[in-house]
Amino acid sequence: MSLAILLVDDEAPARERLRELLRDGCAEVPTEVVAEAASGPEALSLLPECAAQLALVDIHMPLMNGIELARHFQLLDHPPGVIFVTAHDHYAVEAFELNAIDYLLKPVRLPRLLAALRKASAGPRAGRDEFARADPGPRRYFSVVERGKVTLVAVERVLFLKAELKYVTLHTLERDFLVEESLNQLEQELSGMFVRVHRNCLVARRYIRGVEQMKPEPGEDAAEPHWGVLLEGCVDPVAVSRRQWPSVKELLKSGLLKGKN
Amino acid sequence: MSQAFSLCFGPRLSLNEHAKSIRQTHGALPDFRSLGVFTRVLLAANAAGAIAAALRADRIQEIPDRFERIAMVLEPSLLGTLAVLYIGSRLFARLPYVAGLAAVLCLAAAFSAAVAAAMATLSAPFGQAAAGGDALWSACYALLLTGALAYYFRLRERSFSPALAEARLQALQARIRPHFLFNCLNAVLVLVRRDPQRAEAALEDMADLFRSVMADARKLVPLADEIALTRQYLALETLRLGDRLKVDWDVEDAVLDVLMPPMLLQPLVENAVYHGVEPGIDPGLIEIRARRVGDSMELSLSNPYHPDYQHLQGNRMALANIGERLALHFDVEAALETAVSGERFRILIRMPCRKAQ
Repeated sequence: MSLAILLVDDEAPARERLRELLRDGCAEVPTEVVAEAASGPEALSLLPECAAQLALVDIHMPLMNGIELARHFQLLDHPPGVIFVTAHDHYAVEAFELNAIDYLLKPVRLPRLLAALRKASAGPRAGRDEFARADPGPRRYFSVVERGKVTLVAVERVLFLKAELKYVTLHTLERDFLVEESLNQLEQELSGMFVRVHRNCLVARRYIRGVEQMKPEPGEDAAEPHWGVLLEGCVDPVAVSRRQWPSVKELLKSGLLKGKN
Repeated sequence: MSQAFSLCFGPRLSLNEHAKSIRQTHGALPDFRSLGVFTRVLLAANAAGAIAAALRADRIQEIPDRFERIAMVLEPSLLGTLAVLYIGSRLFARLPYVAGLAAVLCLAAAFSAAVAAAMATLSAPFGQAAAGGDALWSACYALLLTGALAYYFRLRERSFSPALAEARLQALQARIRPHFLFNCLNAVLVLVRRDPQRAEAALEDMADLFRSVMADARKLVPLADEIALTRQYLALETLRLGDRLKVDWDVEDAVLDVLMPPMLLQPLVENAVYHGVEPGIDPGLIEIRARRVGDSMELSLSNPYHPDYQHLQGNRMALANIGERLALHFDVEAALETAVSGERFRILIRMPCRKAQ
């Protein structure tokens, strides 16, 4: 039974080189390249149809780096194993060593490739947490599984995030998405782009257009004003809690909103 | 490393070797054709004159009068000396430092003595005090002033030399990004099987690129050489990036032989590829323009701007290094500006139109 492999690299010659090496090593470790992708989003669109068991993933790619791609893979029921391939990413390599994630250095040598293939088909695999720890930057996409496929939502499309029970709802102009993540962790990872306005809500700095006084809800003390944040393209203001109001006010005053996109 | 050491410790041993390099190598006289050197000398000399006037005057009201008298000797001799140095700058550059310095000192002293003597003779018939010692005193002042200026230029040059040594080191270590080197080798490995002839050409391009990186960073080269090198580099990047890399050249013939610091264009284009083309999935266009504007050459470069993908630190380091090398070679006559306009990042470099003679 040969190992089904997905190649992900934005440079065509790099993919070709891996294909040649895999062919060379077929006698020792039988493999079959079932799909190739030039970017992370393309790779996700090919899964799970191509049924790859293992992905060889370049790190330095446009749109989405290879480590983020590995994080999105983990949403699938049967995520492929991941071996990173990199020319020179000092920090990434250090993080891989720390988190027991397998990687190959370009130009790749056949014996090293075969060793990695054997290890990947036998040994335990790194999971969501390991990849998250190895990722140096904030993610560029949220991912949601819909009908067995990973759907990507670019972080900059999200107006605000609201925690509801065990889910977080992503609100975009077009529609809402449910993701199974913790609002606190998201706040930490995306602190440059989002700001907390309520215990259960983060809003995107780039969409904030101002604040307005909201109507007091029945039974509330009308004397104490209640504020909401106005977001671009959003009719209803998003409620600001009394506790967060001072820091939101401070932020509006300092004019940091637009610059921090 | 050995090259870096020879840069730091070897200047005295290799004066003659480096005398050919166009400007301000270690232990060489300043470039007397440079506007920056001219301005500094004029300002310093006139400031010294003003101070001398202030010291000699008994009352504040006398200062302008005193300065006028000093200026009568100072300005003609200063301008005369600078004119001779300007005309003979090539000759002076060829002399060893000590001989060159002695020649400049003699020149300045002789000029001031002659001007002072002439002034004394001219004013004698009008009955003014025309001491015979005037010429001698003027020569002494000129020697003192020239010596101080020479010391200043020497210190200034020293403070710049680490930048030069670092430029070389940085060129060796970082200018060819490891990322580029390994990806490039990877791309060539594929060609070895499929298209051996293109593989050969690619390796030849790489060899040329590395030879240039390791070449003498102080010798100016014609723009045409820099363009040829950059084209070789782009051929290598095209192997990897294919259709994603688009380059539009627009270079006036009139500037092809303008002399510029080596390894200036290629790193800028490499930056443009790294920050402008690689982060995008669509084809990215790099525009390179070179034209003559008056007595200067304008070199401009633009590439797509991806605000989310800026590895700012790397970018600034490369640009700071280039700015420093420009200042080292051309002083105030060169300028480097960057701007983000619309969706594009632009770099504009202005430098004097010097040509090999």
